[in-house]
Amino acid sequence: MPDVKPVLMQGNEACAEGAITAGVRFYAGYPITPSTEIAEYMAEKLPRLGGVFIQMEDEIASMAAVIGASIGGKRALTATSGPGFSLKQENLGYAIMAEIPCVVVNVQRMGPSTGVPTAPSQGDVMQARWGTHGDHPIIVFSPASVYETFYLTIAAVNLSQKLRQPVVLLLDEVVGHMREKVLIPEMGKLMVEKISDQVPPDWKPYDDKGLTPLVPFGSGHFYHVTGLYHDEFGFPTGEPAVVSRVLDRLHNKLEQYRHEITFTNYIGHKEPRVGIVTYGCTVRSARAAVKKAYWQNRWPVGLLSLQTIWPFPDKEVEALARQADIILVPEMNRGQLVGEVERSVRGQAEVVPLNRYDGEMITPDQIMEQLRRWLP
Amino acid sequence: MNSKINFIQPEYLHSGHYACPGCGAALAVRYLARALGPDLVVVITASCWSIIAGMPPLSALKCPILHCPFPSAGAVGSGLRRGLDLRGKHSTTVLVLAGDGGTFDIGLQALSGAAQRNENFIFVCYDNEAYMNTGIQTSSATPFGAHTTTAPYPLFKKGAKKDIMHIMAAHGIPYAATATVAFPGDLEQKFRRARQIEGFRFIHILSPCPPGWGADSADTVELSRLAVETGFFPLMEIFEGGAPVLTYRPEKRVPLEQYLKLQRRFRPLELQQIETLQQGVDEEWERLLKAAGPV
Repeated sequence: MPDVKPVLMQGNEACAEGAITAGVRFYAGYPITPSTEIAEYMAEKLPRLGGVFIQMEDEIASMAAVIGASIGGKRALTATSGPGFSLKQENLGYAIMAEIPCVVVNVQRMGPSTGVPTAPSQGDVMQARWGTHGDHPIIVFSPASVYETFYLTIAAVNLSQKLRQPVVLLLDEVVGHMREKVLIPEMGKLMVEKISDQVPPDWKPYDDKGLTPLVPFGSGHFYHVTGLYHDEFGFPTGEPAVVSRVLDRLHNKLEQYRHEITFTNYIGHKEPRVGIVTYGCTVRSARAAVKKAYWQNRWPVGLLSLQTIWPFPDKEVEALARQADIILVPEMNRGQLVGEVERSVRGQAEVVPLNRYDGEMITPDQIMEQLRRWLP
Repeated sequence: MNSKINFIQPEYLHSGHYACPGCGAALAVRYLARALGPDLVVVITASCWSIIAGMPPLSALKCPILHCPFPSAGAVGSGLRRGLDLRGKHSTTVLVLAGDGGTFDIGLQALSGAAQRNENFIFVCYDNEAYMNTGIQTSSATPFGAHTTTAPYPLFKKGAKKDIMHIMAAHGIPYAATATVAFPGDLEQKFRRARQIEGFRFIHILSPCPPGWGADSADTVELSRLAVETGFFPLMEIFEGGAPVLTYRPEKRVPLEQYLKLQRRFRPLELQQIETLQQGVDEEWERLLKAAGPV
């Protein structure tokens, strides 16, 4: 492909570049290690593209400004790390409820609290799922490389627009600060879903029938946007039947488009005895281990890497469990996604966690050591 | 003005701290700790001082330190004060140390709340005019015309610096003051005075940052002096939200350009922008003189 050029970039830069490629023209940010490079990149690039970068006064404000910009008709993104992600939760919940598309990047660092700001971690997996209150749906991606970061950011922006659903991009310090080759297509090639300017005549802001496009304010349509439960015109209601229908709709749209949201990748033996399920930077170590175990030693080992972690790819994990006797789940926390794996496996295989939470990556050797427990 | 420093007095900030060479914030805390004495507890919000205080086993600042989350300095200080009071520890001084981000931006809400309740502690803002700990990002304390990593060349900070002194004075707090490390006698005197006062006390210290300002690390004191001599950062005290009392009046103000040219963050400023800045300083100075009244 002649219009694709290889570039060496940092994970955080790839995230910013991916966002720009997907049409993001608004960024509201606040400095926090290890995500600051995204803000710095946007501060430099966006004004040249006719976009807006605002340095906000705090984390809450940057999330709120993104919501405002999205209703104003611009694709918007913000980035932060653990402590900032905690502060953004109320507004994130608001965006879910009011169905405002936006993307929040959390470059995970070692928590809780200030933790180790410069050390990687996968400790925010459950926070990304349940951080904001209420029984809400959420989409969370967790890239394993700079390349994946670029493309998952684009997918995040496009899906958030299409489904009118906030998407969380869960990077970690390793992926955020690593430099790798990325193939960047020409500008505009990957921008899929546009905010519709063509409003159907019977358009309602919160229609029950399938997906309704977001029509930004200033387009001649008057409607309410609220964090309260609302009817199809956005007006607040406490009607029990409407309340449950709204919550169902929020969840149903993710279930209906599950095939577009769920990204997983399998490598290794066709009928593995041991299956590894992991995500984020831990995929890199698992891949190195599978290379050695399967390609060199021909052990029956396979790796299911999850780019989408919420909604949890339970069908894919269950399919693996039908083949494998043992499912190994390496994570850089005290065991968060392993619970979901157990639930999906439904007793069809033994689920073994492998946890590390000292601010260092899980190494391929650590995974190999585990594999040797069951394999020659 | 008392500009003599008594060198034979106990120090609470020792060598081996983690600040960059020529850090204005480290110097400021050295002086203020002297003035506040041994019975001191410090709350530090996320800022350069989260690092400067040092890591185990050595802490450079010899007093108990509570490192608190970014938006919470004013509120944590309030709670700490009340907790100490309940235990009868009324003589212990509570000092809250925040950078400009933790004061002007994310910390403003908690700061304003504490000031309005007239909580009994000293809030110090050491103002290096950007988020220096994360690598020089713009804050609302960044002056017009400065480059930062979120306002990279050819962009520059557009709006003016937030007037935090007047915001704080408008809360009607018992004591608000500005200080710099170029006038250590004045700085220490203000802290000794603050210590005697009951209620919320706010002290704003301009604290040059050599890497962030693109200045020579030997110029920290010179920059602090020029900031005062140019009228860019007037030294004053405000009691009970009343008229400002200037603690130093330069006989003839130095042109602002001399202050700007020592800092690479202002390069290349157009002549017109320098004039804009100078004009702003002049207007503010006149307003201040008028408010302060004759000596």
